[in-house]
Amino acid sequence: MVAVIWFFVQNASQNMMKAGIASGFKFLWRDSGIEVPFNLTGYKPSDNILFLLWTGVVNTLLVSIVSIAVATIVGFSVGLLRLSRNWLLSTLAGFYIEFVRNIPLLFFVLFWYFGVLAALPLPRESYDVLGVVFLNRRGLSIPTPNDLHGLKIACLAIVVLIAAQVGVARWAAARQARTGRDFPVWPVGFVLCGVLPVAALVAGGLTTAWDVPTLRGFNYRGGFVMVPEFVALFAALSTYTAGFIAEVVRGGIQSVRQGQIDAARALGLTQGRIVRLVVIPQAMPVIIPPITSQYLNLIKNSSFGAAIAYPEIVAVFMGSALVSTGQSIEIIAITLAIYLVLSLAVSLFMNWYNARHRLVVR
Amino acid sequence: MSRLRERLFATPLDAVITLVCLYIVWRISVPLVEWAVYDATWNGTSREACTGQGACWVFIRARFGQFMYGQYPVPLRWRVDVAGALMVLTAGLLSWRGLPQRRWFALASVTVLPLVGLWLLYGGFGLAIVQTREWGGLMLTLVLTIYAGLIAVPLGILLALGRRSRLPLIRFASVVFIEFWRGVPIITVIFLASLLLPLIMPAGFDVDRLARAILGLAFVVAAYMAEAVRGGLQALPEGQAEAAQALGLGYWRIQRMIVLPQALRIALPAMTNEFISLFKSTTLVLIVSLFDLLGIAQAALADPNWVGMNMEAYVFAGAIYWFACFGMSQWSRLREKRLQTAHGR
Amino acid sequence: MKFFGFAAAAACLLAPLISGPAMAQTLAPSETLDAVKARGNLECGVHLGLPGFSYANDKGEWSGLDVDYCKSLAAAVLGDATKVKYTPTSVQQRWPMLQGKQVDLLARNTTITFSRNATLGVNFQGINFYEGQTFVVHTSAKVSKVADLADGTVCVAAGSTEEKNAADWFKERNLKVQIINFQKNDDAISAYDQGRCDSYTAGIGALAGQRIKFKKPEEHQILTEVISNDPQGPTTRWGDERWQLIVRWVLNAQIAAEAYGVTSKNVDEMKAKSQNGDVRRLLGVEGKFGEMMGISNDWAYNIIKQVGNYGESYERTVGMGSPLKLKRGSNELWTKGGLLFSPPFQ
Repeated sequence: MVAVIWFFVQNASQNMMKAGIASGFKFLWRDSGIEVPFNLTGYKPSDNILFLLWTGVVNTLLVSIVSIAVATIVGFSVGLLRLSRNWLLSTLAGFYIEFVRNIPLLFFVLFWYFGVLAALPLPRESYDVLGVVFLNRRGLSIPTPNDLHGLKIACLAIVVLIAAQVGVARWAAARQARTGRDFPVWPVGFVLCGVLPVAALVAGGLTTAWDVPTLRGFNYRGGFVMVPEFVALFAALSTYTAGFIAEVVRGGIQSVRQGQIDAARALGLTQGRIVRLVVIPQAMPVIIPPITSQYLNLIKNSSFGAAIAYPEIVAVFMGSALVSTGQSIEIIAITLAIYLVLSLAVSLFMNWYNARHRLVVR
Repeated sequence: MSRLRERLFATPLDAVITLVCLYIVWRISVPLVEWAVYDATWNGTSREACTGQGACWVFIRARFGQFMYGQYPVPLRWRVDVAGALMVLTAGLLSWRGLPQRRWFALASVTVLPLVGLWLLYGGFGLAIVQTREWGGLMLTLVLTIYAGLIAVPLGILLALGRRSRLPLIRFASVVFIEFWRGVPIITVIFLASLLLPLIMPAGFDVDRLARAILGLAFVVAAYMAEAVRGGLQALPEGQAEAAQALGLGYWRIQRMIVLPQALRIALPAMTNEFISLFKSTTLVLIVSLFDLLGIAQAALADPNWVGMNMEAYVFAGAIYWFACFGMSQWSRLREKRLQTAHGR
Repeated sequence: MKFFGFAAAAACLLAPLISGPAMAQTLAPSETLDAVKARGNLECGVHLGLPGFSYANDKGEWSGLDVDYCKSLAAAVLGDATKVKYTPTSVQQRWPMLQGKQVDLLARNTTITFSRNATLGVNFQGINFYEGQTFVVHTSAKVSKVADLADGTVCVAAGSTEEKNAADWFKERNLKVQIINFQKNDDAISAYDQGRCDSYTAGIGALAGQRIKFKKPEEHQILTEVISNDPQGPTTRWGDERWQLIVRWVLNAQIAAEAYGVTSKNVDEMKAKSQNGDVRRLLGVEGKFGEMMGISNDWAYNIIKQVGNYGESYERTVGMGSPLKLKRGSNELWTKGGLLFSPPFQ
C-alpha cells in the first residue's frame, strides 16, 4: 500500500516539475483575492488562502448543523405521521417520503435555488417585518447589534437557565425514583428554557444599538444578510434528508413489539407517555446507527452547494482556489482530508452517544 | 363506509386534520395538473407553438432524441436500442424462475453481456467507433450506473469478506478502503478521478474520461456495498461457517456455497438501496462535463431557441429518475416480502 | 473498460511506427504532434458553450472563432479541418485537462496572465481575440456606467479573470459591491437572469453571445464602458517546443493571410500567380516552411482554403455576418488601427 502511494506521489511530483506546474503547500499563505459573499469569519479577499479554506469549512459546518437539526425534527415528525391512524395523513407522509427519496438531490438544490429566487421580490419591493428585517432576492437582511455587551449578559443568563433546567430534571427524576411522585418537568422546562431566555434576549436587545439594514442604491446595506444560496441549500438538504430519516424512524418504531405498548397501556400510561417512555427509548438503539449515516451523508451532500454558489469547502477551495492557483493535487488532497476528519468526528460522537444510550436502556 | 369513517374521521381532531390535508392536496394538485396536462401544449415543432400558460412539452418532443442518446450519431442509435433491448430481455429471462440453467445464464449475463453491450455502444470489430464523448442522456446515465454497479458489487463483496478476514493486513486494508471512500463526498471523488488521475498517472497512460468517472463512482459504491454485505454476513449465525469447516471445506468454498448465498439474500434490500443511490449520484458527473440525463437537460436549456424551458426539462428528467428509483425500490420490497413468506417467517 | 486501455496502448505503440519514417531526422521530437497524427484527429479543449467562440448546436456541430482556430490547426497538421474532436471544459477543468494531456491545446477564451504563465505550466501562443470586460444590467435598474453599480451585487464565474478585474476595479475606487462566484458561466448567467444579481460581468464579446441566453434579451443592457483589456489566445503545455511552434504559427498564418489579402476564395489563384515572396512562402510555393515544423508544406494553404483567413473567420463567427455583430475594434489588423499583426514569413 505504502509503496503504491509512494509510487504515485513520486510520479506526480516528477511529472509536475517537468511540466512547470507549481507544487507544494506554500500557496496556502498567498493572498487569495477571492470574494466570499457570505462568511461568519470576517474573511476579506486580502486574507490568505488558508483563511479562505477555514471560511469554507465554517460555512460547510454551518449549513450542515442547521440542516441536521431541521432534518431531524421534520424527519421524526414525518416518520410519526407515516404511522398515524389517519389514513390520509399517513398516505401523504408516504408520498412525501417516496417523492423525496427517489429523485437526485441535485434537482432539489436547483429547484429551491431558482424556485425560491423566482418567488421572492426585487429589493425595492422587499417584504419587511417591522421595518427592520427585509426579505428579497438578495437574501434575508437582519439587524446586527453594534456592541455585544447586553447580549453577552443575556447569553450568560440563558446558560444559567439551561443548567438550572438540567438540575431540576435530575432532581425530579431522583425524587420520582425515590417517592414515585411526579413533577411537571416539561412545563417548568418550557418556562426555564423557552420563555425566560426570550425575555433575556429581548431585554438585552433593547438595551443595545442595532445596525439596521437600509435600502441604499440597489440593495439593503448594513446588518447581516442571509444569502439565498444558504437558504436554498439548507432547504434542499433538510427536506431531502428528512425523507430518509422518516423511513429510519418508522422502521425503528415498528421494531418495538406491540406487546410492550399493550403492557404500558395496561399500566394506565397515557398515549404521550407511552411514546416517550416506552416506544422511543426502545426504538432509539435501532434508529441511531442509520441516522448517523444519514447525518454523514448530509455533511457530504453539503458539497452540492457548489452548484449554486454557496461558499462551502468545495466551492471556495476546490473551485475558486483551485482555479486561481492551479494546484489541483494539493487542493483535492486537503479537501478529502477535511471531509474524512469531519466524517470521523461525527462517527465517533454518534458511537459514543449510542454506547451511552444503550447503557441507560440496557 | 364505516372503515372510511374510522380511518379518516375517528375523532373531531382527526376530522379537522383530514379536511386540512384535503385542502392542501387540492391546492397543490389542481394547479399542477392544470400546468402539466390541461393548459399544456403537446404538438408543434418550435417554441412559437407554445402560447398557453401551461407546460410546453413540444420542447421535450423536439429534444427527445438528445435526452435519450445525447450526441450519439442518429444513424447508429439502433445500437443503443439493441443494447437496451438485450438488457431488458436478459432481466426478464432472469426473473423467470423456471429458466433452464438459470445459474449459468445469470453468470453469463454479468460477464458476457456487459462486453457485448460495450461493443455495441463503443464499436470496433466491424462496427463504427462512437467516441464516449458523444454518449449522453439517459443512455449515459444507465451506462454509468450499470458498469459502476458491475464493478462495485464484486468489489464490495470482496471488501466485506476482507473486513472480516483473519489476516490483519487484509482486514486493515479493507477497513481503510471502505472508510476512505465512505468518508468523502462523491463530487470530490469525481473531481479526483477526472482531474487528478491524468496528472498522477505515468506519462503515456491514458484512461478514457467516462471510464474514469465509472471507476470513481464504482469505488465509492463498492465501499457502501461492502457495508451492506457486512450487515448480511453479521446476520448469519457463526455455526454455519463452523459446521462447514468441520466438514473440511476450504475458505472460498465455504464463502461461495454456504455463507454468501445466505448473506447476500439478507443484504439484498440494503444493496438495492445503494444501487438506487448510485443511480441518483450519476447526476454529479455533469460537473466534469459528461452529459448525463440531467446534464443534457441543462445543456438543452442553454439553447437560445428554447429559452425558459427549465420547468419542463427538470420535470421530465426528474420523472424519469423518480420512476426508475421507485420501480427499483418496489421490486426490492416485493422480493423481500416473497422471501419472507417463502421462509414462513 | 479494458478496451479503452487496450486502444490507448495500441495507439502508443503505433505512434512511432506511423510517424517515424515520415519525419526527417533533424527535427526535435514532438510528442504531441506524433500523438495527433497517430490518432488522426486533434483534441481541442473549448468552452462549455459560448456563442460566437465555441458553441455546439443541437446536432453537436461546433462553430465559433476559437473553433475556427482548432479547425485551422487540424487543417495545418492533418490536412483536414474536420478532423477535430472538441472537449468542452469548465473554468476549473481547463488547466488539469491541458496539464494531464487530455487535450492537445486550449482554445477557450482564456485570458493571458502572468501568474498562469508562471505557475500553471502553460504557455500562451499569441492572441486571437482582444476582449474587454464590461457589465450587463437589467434595463429597469437605470444603470448607465459601471460606477452606478456601487452597493450592488455582481454575478461572475469563479476563478475567472473577470472576477479579479471587477474586484480590483471597485476596490480601487473605494466602492462596495458584493461578488457572487458561480462554478460555471451559465449558472452565473441564469442567476443574474433570475434577479439574484444586479449585474453579470464578462467580456464584451462573450456577453454579445451570451445575451441570447437571457429569457428576455430586450430587458438587458450591455454597458459600453470597458474596465479591462483581456487578450485571449490558444494555450499549450510547457515542453514540446515544436508543437508550440506549430500552434503559434498557425495563428500567425491566419492573421498574415488577411494582411497579405489571401482569402479562401482567391487562395488558389494567389498560389498559382502571386509573385509576393511572403505569400509564396506562406502558401508553400517556396521555402518549405511546413517541413521545418514537421508538417506538410501546404499547411497554410489548407488553413486558408478550408477555414479562411482571420478576417473571414471573424466576420463569420462574431462579426457583422453573425448574430453577435461585433465591430473589429482592437481585433483589426495593425495597419487598419487594430492590434493584430503577424511576424513576417521569412
